[in-house]
Order: sequence, then C-alpha cells, then structure tokens
Amino acid sequence: MSKAKKTTKKKRTTKKSKAKTRYDGRKANELRPTTIESGVLPNADGSAYIEMGRNKILVGVFGPREMHPRRFAKPNEATLRCRYHMSPFSVDPRRSPAPSRRDVEIGMVMSWAIQPAVFLEKYPRSVIDVYCEVLEADGGTRTACINAATVALVDAGIPMRDLVSSCAAGVMDGKVVLDLGDYEDKEGEADVPVAYMPKLGKITLLQMDGVLPVKTFTECVDLAIEGCLQVNEIQREALKKKYGISEEAEE
Amino acid sequence: MESAKFSSRDLVIPGDVLYEGRIRTGDNTHRSEGKVVASRIGLVNYNRDMVSVIALEAGFNPLTGDLVIGEVTDIRLGRWMVNIDTAEVAALNVIDAIDAPFRPDFDMTRVLDIGDTVVAKIVDLDRRRTPILSILGRGLGRVNEGFLTRLTPSKIPRLIGKKGSMVNMILNQTGCNVVIGQNGRILIHGRTREQEAMAVKVINKVDKEAHISGLTSRVQEYLRILKEEKR
Repeated sequence: MSKAKKTTKKKRTTKKSKAKTRYDGRKANELRPTTIESGVLPNADGSAYIEMGRNKILVGVFGPREMHPRRFAKPNEATLRCRYHMSPFSVDPRRSPAPSRRDVEIGMVMSWAIQPAVFLEKYPRSVIDVYCEVLEADGGTRTACINAATVALVDAGIPMRDLVSSCAAGVMDGKVVLDLGDYEDKEGEADVPVAYMPKLGKITLLQMDGVLPVKTFTECVDLAIEGCLQVNEIQREALKKKYGISEEAEE
Repeated sequence: MESAKFSSRDLVIPGDVLYEGRIRTGDNTHRSEGKVVASRIGLVNYNRDMVSVIALEAGFNPLTGDLVIGEVTDIRLGRWMVNIDTAEVAALNVIDAIDAPFRPDFDMTRVLDIGDTVVAKIVDLDRRRTPILSILGRGLGRVNEGFLTRLTPSKIPRLIGKKGSMVNMILNQTGCNVVIGQNGRILIHGRTREQEAMAVKVINKVDKEAHISGLTSRVQEYLRILKEEKR
C-alpha cells in the first residue's frame, strides 16, 4: 500500500512540474513583472519607485550631507544609513507604523548590502540617507528595496563601483524557484535572498530563512544570481529611460 | 588588448567598463582590475590619453572661487554656518563679512540671520575641506528679493553655455536678472512674476535636456514659443 501511495505522489509532482506549477502561474526561473522608475521625487537628491509583482516601494536618497548627531559620523568615510519602513496599509492586518525590530534589521542589512558598491571614502564625516517606504508588500521586499535604493543612489549622483541587484530564490514543494512571493515565502521550505554586483561578480548579501541541504542551497544561490542578472537589466533600463525619453521627444 | 568599449557621448552607468589598457582616468571614473570603469551616470568622453564621464547626476564639489547661493543655518561665535548643499556645512567668518574683526558686542543677526539666503564666494577650503565663504565684493551678501530655483550642479556649465551664451540669451529674452550659484541654486529676479516663471521654465528644460546636443538652439525656440503664448 505504501508503494502505491508513493507512486501516486510521484505522479502528482511530475504532473505539477510539467505544467506551470507555481501558484501565480510563473515558471520556476521566472521573475515577477518588475518595473523601476528613477527620479520620481523632486525634493530628494535621488529617488526611485519599484513595482516587483505586487510590491510597491518608494525610495528617496539624501546626501552626502552633514551627519546628525555628529558624534556618530566616521572620520574616514561616509555612513550609509538605510531606513526600511512598511506603511501601516502595506499589509492586510494593519501594521503599527512604529519601526519594529524587523524594520531596523532590514535597514541594517540593506546598508551592508549596498555599502560595498559606494565610494564612501570620498565623503568623510558625512552621511548618505536612504529612505525606503514600502507602500504595498508581497514578499521579498528587502530585495526590491535594495534594487530601488541602488537606482536612487545613482540618480542622486553618488559615485558607485557597480549597481547592486538583488533577488531571492527558495524552495517550494521541493522545487527550487526564483523570486518568491508572499505565499511562497510563508508556505515554502526556505528562502534565500541574495544581493549581487554583476560587473564585479561579488555577492553582498546572503541570507537564509529555513532549513536546506547544502546541495539545494547552492542551487538556490545560483538561481538567485541568475535572477539578479535579470534585475540588473531592468535597473539599467530604468536609469537610461530617464534620459532616453526626452531624446525621443526631441527627434 | 587596448580598446574603447563605447563611442564618445554614449550614456554610461556606474560599473560599465569604458576602456581596457593604459590610459589616464578622468572625472567620474575609477580603475578596477586594470580596467577603467564609470562611477557615475553620464556621457563618456574619450580623449587621446584620458577617459572621462560628463556626469548627468552629481552633487556639488566645492572649489575655491566658486560663486554659491546658500542658506544660513546657524550662528556660532564669530561665524555663520551656511548650507550650500555640500557634505560639509560652509563657514562664513565675521572678518569675511564686514571687513572688521569680531567683537563680542557685535550683533551678528544684523548682517545675516538664521534662514537668510546669501550669495557668497568660496575663498578657501580648510584642511577638512570645509568651504570658507566671503561676502565681501560686488553682488555678494544677503538676498532680499527674488525667486530661488534649483538645477543639478553638474549641469551648471550647460546653463551658462559657451562664454555665457545661454545665460545671456535667457537674460535678454526674459528680462530677468539671474544669479547662478555653482552649487545648483539659482536666484532669479525679474520685474514681474511672469518673467520669473518663464526663466524657471527654461531652467527646468535645461535640467531635463542638458545631455542632448543643440541645446542652445532648442532653448531659443522654446523661449520664442513661451513669449508667443504670453501674447
């Protein structure tokens, strides 16, 4: 009997993998539809707006400017301060607008992920502020925030070594999938967000939520990097679009 | 192999490899693993012995001799602190403001108060690269009237044009007096509000289209259209 059960189970999984098995009809290595726009906030030095699936995030960059409180300024380089914040209306049961432990941690992790790409040593004793406001959340907001923050930093004219592109991969129903949405994030076995500098070929963020065998973990990282490369193309398009459109209008 | 990866005036993005081989790195570029790489978004420029990027987005890099427009943010003993959009807040010492040494009984708010807008010149950068300002000179000092607007600091040379051709055209056509701070703040002073609004529109157009060639003629055309609309 146990044998029979096994076969039926196997059959089901094969059937699933043949069809578009993911809950929103995507392929295993497919990103959610992503659009980025740069320079959306006139009063910020640089800004970006990203829609990654149902995620909607607005990022503003200010600086380099004088750091307050001044004692936290580093004498040899600039500080990159990231604020991650989810709006009360961004998730279904309304969320308290006060910054939570999670917000603080993601802000810190974001700043660590972006720092290697920024020439911080050019602006000693100052601060570059990155404010991320999640207007609508649908899983993978930290990766989306990193993507938008990078575009906003370039838009602010801050010298950078490379763009930072970020994407998560994970395991859902025993399958390695790219760019998990909220449902997959919660129901899946594991989630591996990765931030990557494509031109330098360096990983700047690597986290894991869940338990995975080493082999699957490596598969996840490889797939996530593949996703980062796709995101990188979208970021480049977004940056060029700001200047490209006015060129077309002229011609 | 030595080779250029783009042609001149192509739009490049931070991280783009511009050149492999022996060449000098110019503005907004850096060397990484032996290659010359862009560090800001802008238009690449290949010279005979140098690669540089003309930045489309960049903050203000203070240099001595620059004319700037700033806002007084603080008054300390013997100096005003002026925000001129640099990483360091600039200092304006009393001796550079009234041409007399500071005395404790001197009322500094009579010259400049917190919140005042001031046109000043950078006379020095100290060893921390803090700009030191001066308001001794013609056209410098507190601003009493006018309209303030902004332009990305890296686009200021385009607004001025070759030997001031662009700014002179805006002056003549709008009838406004325009003071351009190198830090991207621009003070417009016209006889009427409409004149000022026209100048602001033109500056916004320069900000949007600074990277496309033939800017001066396009702005000329734009000014003509604006003037016709008014009639």
